[in-house]
Amino acid sequence: MSTVALLGAAELGLVFALVALGVFLSFRVLDFPDLTVDGSFPLGAAVTATLIVAGWNPWLATGTAMAAGALAGIVTATLNVRFRILHLLASILTMIALFSVNLRIMGRPNVAIIAQDTVLTPFYGLGLSDAVLRPLFVLVLVAAVVALLARFLSSEFGLAMRATGVNARMARAQGVPTDLHIYAGMALSNALVALAGALFAQTNGFADVTSGIGTIVIGLAAVIVGETVVRSRVILWALVGCVVGSILYRIAIQVALNADFIGLQASDLNLVTALLVAGALILPRLRNPLRAGRQGAQG
Amino acid sequence: MKKTRIAGAALALACLCAVPGPVRAQVQSKSVAVTAIVEHPALDAVRDGVRDELAEQGWKAGETLRFDYQSAQGNPGTAVQIARQFVGQAPDVIVPISTPSAQAVVSAARDIPVVFTAVTDPLGAQLVRDLEKPGRNVTGLSDLSPVADHLALIREIMPHAKRLGFPYNPGEPNSATLLDLVKKLAPDHGFSIVEAPATRSADVQGAARGLVGRVDAVYVPTDNTIVSALEALLIVGAQNKLPVFAADTDSVQRGAVATVGFNYYQVGRQTGQIVARVLKGENPGDIPVRSAEGTDLYVNPKAAAAMGITIPDGVVARAGKVVGR
Repeated sequence: MSTVALLGAAELGLVFALVALGVFLSFRVLDFPDLTVDGSFPLGAAVTATLIVAGWNPWLATGTAMAAGALAGIVTATLNVRFRILHLLASILTMIALFSVNLRIMGRPNVAIIAQDTVLTPFYGLGLSDAVLRPLFVLVLVAAVVALLARFLSSEFGLAMRATGVNARMARAQGVPTDLHIYAGMALSNALVALAGALFAQTNGFADVTSGIGTIVIGLAAVIVGETVVRSRVILWALVGCVVGSILYRIAIQVALNADFIGLQASDLNLVTALLVAGALILPRLRNPLRAGRQGAQG
Repeated sequence: MKKTRIAGAALALACLCAVPGPVRAQVQSKSVAVTAIVEHPALDAVRDGVRDELAEQGWKAGETLRFDYQSAQGNPGTAVQIARQFVGQAPDVIVPISTPSAQAVVSAARDIPVVFTAVTDPLGAQLVRDLEKPGRNVTGLSDLSPVADHLALIREIMPHAKRLGFPYNPGEPNSATLLDLVKKLAPDHGFSIVEAPATRSADVQGAARGLVGRVDAVYVPTDNTIVSALEALLIVGAQNKLPVFAADTDSVQRGAVATVGFNYYQVGRQTGQIVARVLKGENPGDIPVRSAEGTDLYVNPKAAAAMGITIPDGVVARAGKVVGR
């Protein structure tokens, strides 16, 4: 595995770490399985690319993309909270609607921004190679998001949001406006996913309407692998776990891409990736069957 | 608690170490890395065409050529990762097949020669700024269909047809370009176009059923989703006596009535010729972007009969290939 490939895997892992953080918010904090992300990821890419082509400042375009993602999250939350549609179905409805919305925004299925200025353009002149610069840039952004998110989730509002996810009825009894927290959490979650889409488009030069496929799977895998590797009840470490999990997931794909030497071929990629991730989840349990058994009994 | 963390870290480390470097570093003088967004017969044919053309020009895969192939299995995220991997391997040429794969490779590779293929609109995809003088490290082959020839052929076989069904995936850039083109050209040939969008291969049969009774014939563009599920469309065509025409010759061999144009194996061969020029030392930026050539007329009289029409003898007589004979 070459350094460039490894850095590429780290960079993509970091971009998708924002998805993992978003999924962590909805799935773990709010206990809301949210498939909206398969639509809000390309939404972020679509809005950013379209606005950049229209001549907007890339940072402004990225911010607008996050707002659009937040809006998508609010739509899902509204369907669920206001109209009592099952959360899974509510998010699927938003997701499939977003496919058309994204096509409308871009006007076609694929918008290229290879030749346009992006948020990264000012940094290309610093003498670092692209392969190093891009992951470094995304790393700084992700670190900032993790720090802000950790602070947010430790604030009074954030704690109330966590209480909403753990036991909504109890939270309401304590005077927590749980509906408000679901709206806010879903908006924040999908804003982060849209930010990931915006960065994906800018680091790779294109927005494609199909780029959302499997986003939720990648996000969930990252969250769960992260929980396995970084076991902590401290919220900051849980968030760091999401980032680590996301990078490990990309490294698993990288290993799968290099697996041809044992007789595997290109079409086996997804299977090999799934087996590697499953292995990562199973291995810790095999090492200590006694405790794994006890954990199972507790669960 | 600590042990599990160590175990996880150990696994991650094992992943990193378990991968040996290039094992086959023998006498291979050149290396070409090929990637496609997804595997289906047409794109696979492009890949095989590239490999066979290079073999003919003296670089045989596994002997004097290291030929790597990766498929992104439909995921642009994976396409990006494959692009980075190839840039890290630094092959002599990278050949991305299809628009998203080409964009991922072009944005990742600044110095390594890139020869894209099966891209309908290289300018729109911003792969090159100028088709005649691409500049930098990129050139390639466009697979824009000869849509006017297709419409003329359908008119010749079905003189009284008025409405044409156009199944396509609105999510595919190639198809968006083709839809614009076919809408522009259809009136010249006396057709009106009825769109039938299908965003997944599972939707193709439904889209086809939706066209029954509303159109006189179906024209299948070079759309990955539709072509992947062509059989679903052909069944509906046969059951409802609705002739299905294609834009690529492979589809006629699978059971569409007729087409005039290139097959994707030929697209691959023509791409291979460009790759060979680069391997011989030409600068990709100096090689103009070509359009796929080929005016093969393919007809399938058996499929036509099943779909309730007869292909005129004159058309069959001048066909380059009559399927099923």
